[in-house]
Amino acid sequence: MPVNSTHYLFLSLLLFSIGIMGALMRRNAIIILMCIELMLNATNLLLVAFSKIYADADAQLFVFFIMVVAAAEVAVGLAIIVMMYRKVHSVDINILNRLKH
Amino acid sequence: MAIYDILFWVLSAIAVGCALGVILSRNPVNSVMFLIITFFAISGHYVLMNAQFLAIVNVIVYAGAIMVLFLFVIMLMNLNADVEPQKGQLVQLAGVISGGVFFLVILAAIKSAKPELMDKTSTNIGLISDLGKVLFTKYVLPFEISSVLFLSAMIGAVVIGKKEETKPLTHNGEEE
Repeated sequence: MPVNSTHYLFLSLLLFSIGIMGALMRRNAIIILMCIELMLNATNLLLVAFSKIYADADAQLFVFFIMVVAAAEVAVGLAIIVMMYRKVHSVDINILNRLKH
Repeated sequence: MAIYDILFWVLSAIAVGCALGVILSRNPVNSVMFLIITFFAISGHYVLMNAQFLAIVNVIVYAGAIMVLFLFVIMLMNLNADVEPQKGQLVQLAGVISGGVFFLVILAAIKSAKPELMDKTSTNIGLISDLGKVLFTKYVLPFEISSVLFLSAMIGAVVIGKKEETKPLTHNGEEE
């Protein structure tokens, strides 16, 4: 069976679901940020696939902008994690429930 | 076009397997390595779809810059021993079930999608000259705004990550 758009939909959905599972399962804040990157990449893959199918360059530029935003997000997110580690000496997200009290 | 299909399945298996490795490995450094392999597999998919510019950018930005940043932070915090406390079995099971339910819902939604054949004719929309023309004509304003976003993210990261010289007291005089 030749590869068609449905295969890319399934692959992208699978990667996205793995990212969601990881973000819900782990307690390490860095791993959760990595799972978010995984979800962004799954979306990028689907955008490129549909760009190829419909021969349209706009989707590939959206992938480019998603990469830009992801890079900025990672820079700020890791800065926040480093600052948090300096305060509480842990990256465990279960410690970060101070707003609850 | 059998080679396309074989490469698709091999790259998909690598991507999904290493994505599972990211969320299942106990050591954060191993997670980073698995994620780098996943990004390389996705770059392979981009090459397969003739999006060569994005493949190179994906390797440089994601596998090169972002993952090195992750690795730096992990090694800075000395997290490379597996000391991470795990969530309870019930919470982990709930996470897997929620992700699986999401997977099934979207699967049911896209199951009836009409399969569009991949355009086998070689188009050069993914090449850098064509993308550059579109980027600097149609999307020139978002491009410039993204540079402002980068500048603000850089300043934000520096401000957040800066070490405080003197520990200021909070308003009610409470030291952390």
